[in-house]
Amino acid sequence: MGWFTKKQAPAASVEQPKQDIWTQCPACKAHVSKEEWDKTFKVCPRCNFHERITARERVDLLIDPKTFTELYPKIKPSDPLGFVDGKGRYADKIEEARQKTGMNESVLTGYGRMNRIKVALAVMDFRFLGGSLAGSTGEKILLTSTYALKHRLPYIIVSASGGARMHEGIISLMQMAKTCAGIARLQEANIPFISILTDPTTGGVSASFAMVGDIHIAEPGALIGFAGRRVIEETIKQKLPDDFQKAEYLLDHGFIDLIVRRDQMKNTIASLLKYYRR
Amino acid sequence: MNLEFEKAITELDEKIAALPTQDRTPAQAADFEKLQKARETGLKELYSTLTPWQTVQVARHPERPLIQDFIAGLFSEFIELHGDRLFGDDHAIVGGFATLDAWRVMVIGHQKGRGIDDNLKFNFGMARPEGYRKAMRLMHMAEKFRVPVVCFIDTPGAYPGADAEERGQAEAIARNLMEMSALKTPIIVVVTGEGGSGGALGIGVGDVLLMLSNAVYSVISPEGCASILWRDGTKAPEAATALKITAQALLKLKVVDEIIAEPVGGAHRDPQTAIATLRKSLIRNLDRLTHTSTGKLLNRRFEKYARIGSY
Repeated sequence: MGWFTKKQAPAASVEQPKQDIWTQCPACKAHVSKEEWDKTFKVCPRCNFHERITARERVDLLIDPKTFTELYPKIKPSDPLGFVDGKGRYADKIEEARQKTGMNESVLTGYGRMNRIKVALAVMDFRFLGGSLAGSTGEKILLTSTYALKHRLPYIIVSASGGARMHEGIISLMQMAKTCAGIARLQEANIPFISILTDPTTGGVSASFAMVGDIHIAEPGALIGFAGRRVIEETIKQKLPDDFQKAEYLLDHGFIDLIVRRDQMKNTIASLLKYYRR
Repeated sequence: MNLEFEKAITELDEKIAALPTQDRTPAQAADFEKLQKARETGLKELYSTLTPWQTVQVARHPERPLIQDFIAGLFSEFIELHGDRLFGDDHAIVGGFATLDAWRVMVIGHQKGRGIDDNLKFNFGMARPEGYRKAMRLMHMAEKFRVPVVCFIDTPGAYPGADAEERGQAEAIARNLMEMSALKTPIIVVVTGEGGSGGALGIGVGDVLLMLSNAVYSVISPEGCASILWRDGTKAPEAATALKITAQALLKLKVVDEIIAEPVGGAHRDPQTAIATLRKSLIRNLDRLTHTSTGKLLNRRFEKYARIGSY
């Protein structure tokens, strides 16, 4: 687990780029105009780095304009354990995350069209408590799979998550089983489930719905894995190679079908869905 | 071996040990009686008010009954089956056909060891993908042979090694969750010691979840949680309390269905009694679940998980 705050790269150059026009790629440090950065959906035109994007941005990227209908927007976290840690109350953290993201939970759910093909969709947002999987996250993901089952729609889940949310303890853990039970029902009804793995998809999310898709598609460079890098290095007492648990490594080892650039994602999914005869 | 928080018991043990074992004077005999009684009530009191962190210590006690003990104590026959047919045979998960009175079942469970050699062999009960895949293979066989599955959970977690990642630890666990949720035969799950996160759940989806009274079950170890949320590993006792990991807390949260009461002082002090209590519950649940139609069974299993986290 663990979510990260992006480090602001220090402006080292003599010529400080103007804040309002330019942005800097967090990976290669190239200066890119904000206009271009937005046009590429936050993919660096120089080094192909895929910056994390919000769930809303992802919906805009994948779903035909004006066809998205959100489902279950009111479902929000409860605090089943009354959890308080060294830094404060979970209830306060939820409120903070809601303020920051304008979302009620770490996943946005609904249905819409992809190149005119109707789909059910769940998109995780890493900004909301690290995209963590908790009771109401699992609830929304299951309800949306039930919606997909009822309407016989392909189900697309875009994962971006550090794993299960510790603040809801065992309730979070059980969402792994709960979401997978929903996918099992789609499987039985021959309804496709496509899992999109974006940076990062780790811990309890990688070990549940994200890894039981009919088709697994990852974004380039996405971190995907079960155990954290540091834990593994401490266990085996060895440094891991840089590409370890990257999308390319998983492709090599047979756990994902495709690595697809962000600007090609929608067309790729839609092309695949054409092979599904309802 | 007494635990650190059992200091008062250790002191009584020492006093008892100091008395002669034979030819006691009447005064010594009276002392013995008194000390024994004090020990008994002390243990009872101690174990009725265990903190969550103390419970963790009991759940990890080196003498706590392991799956080897449960298999030997519960079943008149056990035929172990090996391998995932894909890569290898993971000793951290054991499985095979077993007979419990008149019941034939498929038994699957995490295997820890006693002593360092055993523990190295069983990797401290931390399974790799081939362990989860072996478990799933055996469960599908149980479905085919129409026998119920009984899973024993006792693991610190899935093995966090580079080889496990390379062979798809996440995929192996995920697939088990999905397939167990739809397996067409009853599944009884018993948490006997440590229920360590996804590594536990990977063989832990079922129709009924039993838990020994001093077992723990958690999304993350108290140490891990403390180091992330408190930024201080020594706050594990606080994390253990906050995470609500005891059988009693999980019963209240409606995740656990039934608590198997351990004898006074924990299952490690009297494994036979703990196993006898578990046997009764297993038989009752086997009887109930095998008299439920498969359709009803699967609907109830689905609803059981759908309800968790639905408010």
